[in-house]
Amino acid sequence: MPLNIDGCIEGSYQLIGGNFATAGEASTCLKLKLTELGVAETIIRRASIATFEAEMNVIIYAAAGWLHYYITPHGIKIRIEDMGPGIEDIELAMQEGFSTAPEWVRELGWGAGMGLPNMKKNSDLFKIDTVVGEGTTVEMVINIP
Amino acid sequence: MTLAEISEILDALSIVSPEETDDVPFHSVCSADLMSDVLYYHAPNSLLITGLTQPHVIRTAEIAGIKAIVFVLNKKPDARTIELAQQKKIPLFSTPYCTYTASGKLYEAGLRSLRDA
Repeated sequence: MPLNIDGCIEGSYQLIGGNFATAGEASTCLKLKLTELGVAETIIRRASIATFEAEMNVIIYAAAGWLHYYITPHGIKIRIEDMGPGIEDIELAMQEGFSTAPEWVRELGWGAGMGLPNMKKNSDLFKIDTVVGEGTTVEMVINIP
Repeated sequence: MTLAEISEILDALSIVSPEETDDVPFHSVCSADLMSDVLYYHAPNSLLITGLTQPHVIRTAEIAGIKAIVFVLNKKPDARTIELAQQKKIPLFSTPYCTYTASGKLYEAGLRSLRDA
């Protein structure tokens, strides 16, 4: 299927903290959109995994947040902004296995300390801005070769 | 290995029956209760063996390209999980074996992990 992207396609999803019942819905909607646009499966998978991990972080840690996406023929940009606790030590948070997730989150299969490393692994550009007590913004770009 | 063969090896009960994926052969398996591990070591067209039965397991499977899920220790997912799996066309099974034994049986039968396949 040929790539069918004209200009920049953008959109947003609202994310509600603690809502595990619908967690992951925004990422699966974005995945469907990318499929409809004819993006290659390997690119879709990288974008979906990076977005899904970011979405889950909002659900786990924040009160609420937004997921914005911008799709052009050259790449997919995803920005996730949350009203959460912020990250005290980004370097530590980027280490595989480091997590501050509470026990009940771990019992649900999350909080393994692989979220941020997984976002970085699946992105060509990864940027994180955080203010303790205010929130975190993650920006990721996945190139379309 | 087909789903029918996997199901027989694991003495598994079908919860959501396969549709088109029935004849798609499986070459790899992931056994995990940590969803980020599934996402980190993802490989398309794999089978997931897990003890978690919540709906977000189905969403994780969809994102990671997992094509079928086996719940261990006779665990049965709730109605929301089953409904989501039906929507996403992801077959679900339940096996009486624990994760270790279920994984061992499939390894013995020739299926390897996502990383080694």
